Amino acid sequence: MKKILTADILAPIIVGILVLILWDVLVKVTNTPPYILPDPILVIQTLVRDWNELFQSLLITLQITISAFIAAAISGLLIAVLFTQSKWIERSLFPYAVILQTTPIVAIAPLIIIWLKNNTFAALVVCAWIVAFFPIVSNTTLGLKSADKNLINLFQLYKASPWQTLIYLRLPSAMPYFLGSLKISGGLSLIGAVVAEFVAGTGGASSGLAYRILISSYNLQIPRMFAALFLTTGLGVLIFVTLSIISDSILSKWHESAVKHEN
Amino acid sequence: MIENTPDIILNHVSKVYANGTFALEDVNLVIQQSEFVSLVGASGCGKSTVLRIIAGLGTPSSGNVELNLKERKLSFVFQDAALMPWANVSENVYLPLKLAGVPKKDALVQIKQAIARVGLEGFENNYPRQLSGGMKMRVSIARALVQKPDILLMDEPFGALDEITRSNLNTELLDLWHQHHWTVVFVTHNIYEAVYLSNRVLVMGNSPGHIVADINIDTPYPRSESFRTSTEYNKYCRSINEYLRVK
Repeated sequence: MKKILTADILAPIIVGILVLILWDVLVKVTNTPPYILPDPILVIQTLVRDWNELFQSLLITLQITISAFIAAAISGLLIAVLFTQSKWIERSLFPYAVILQTTPIVAIAPLIIIWLKNNTFAALVVCAWIVAFFPIVSNTTLGLKSADKNLINLFQLYKASPWQTLIYLRLPSAMPYFLGSLKISGGLSLIGAVVAEFVAGTGGASSGLAYRILISSYNLQIPRMFAALFLTTGLGVLIFVTLSIISDSILSKWHESAVKHEN
Repeated sequence: MIENTPDIILNHVSKVYANGTFALEDVNLVIQQSEFVSLVGASGCGKSTVLRIIAGLGTPSSGNVELNLKERKLSFVFQDAALMPWANVSENVYLPLKLAGVPKKDALVQIKQAIARVGLEGFENNYPRQLSGGMKMRVSIARALVQKPDILLMDEPFGALDEITRSNLNTELLDLWHQHHWTVVFVTHNIYEAVYLSNRVLVMGNSPGHIVADINIDTPYPRSESFRTSTEYNKYCRSINEYLRVK
């Protein structure tokens, strides 16, 4: 059995507890009122008290995030494969992928929400997808191109079809790059979802975590705002950890990044 | 042997790369069936280019290549083992058959034989990163052997290995060749290895690459370890060395 309480897990927990204690002491010593900065115990109390409502919001944000993430992973992979099939496709389309990536999501989110006004959920997913898909495209493209030259020659010698070369050589070579980009995009999907919810604002039909944060700030319910913020970051960490575990278990047998070394 | 068609013929082959590098000039060679021919030369003399042109991985700028590939198969072994890091030993060895569309269950016997031939029984499920340099090279050789080739092209296969491993693999390769009578074209910068293995050594000169000498090594096979210390052996090595020194 693997030990669960390894240094990798204990160290950040200890840092977290120390920060919470410091925060608590700071609030008490300086006598800061809770509408400026609530102490952590108050935040936790609020979290417990408003759990039902906040958890509902968490599920909505999670739904948007996961939908956008899956869409980004699939479309990113397909676009990357398309790019590596022909230099011309890549030349013609890559700049537009960059443009889509560099356009601030806050600037185009209102447009998307107006265009998809009958389906706010879809609008939010599209916004989060725009933020999340680029790292997957660019990383996976790089991975597909970095297959070992000798292996490419070997496949040529054995008269492999383009399809065989893709499935047996290029995709496995790109796997570490693809999985690495998933870790980036998982977080970005969440950020995209939260930003889009902010833009959709209180008028939106759905009420994700960003909506809770907005409403709480309007009502000066700062502890509740912190509680929602905690849940958002917690969700981000959870997504990252899940993707890291998946990535490591896929790569553990062969890739340097996931192999345990003994010196 | 004489009535057979030669396996490999190069007629006036020259190669100029797109960047202007003049790699090969007027290379002519005829390699008969079951010959073990080494190409020896300093790095950058174009010996790997010759091999790649024979394999069809590069095209000559002028001249032509004739291969006797009717019902004969060709395999290539690269300097770095070029294994797929995500696949274990038996999957790596299976690759040529997999690409030829042979289902795994029909290939099992051949995979097992090829792995046994290079002495890697028991390592079927290991991944390349768990193997030493010499073992990786054995896997690479097993992969080249799995489809039962007739012509084996080897590009400095033992160049990155230590002397002891190299010497062991030399002996094993020679044993295998003796059993199967492949045609082998073996590229190396190691004169001693070339003399020990081959029945013909082609010495190559630099810029642009060309063949300087064609030396028959007449010592009969099987060659024992003592051949490596014989005066005959030293004489061959010295004469090749002299050709390499002549500019």
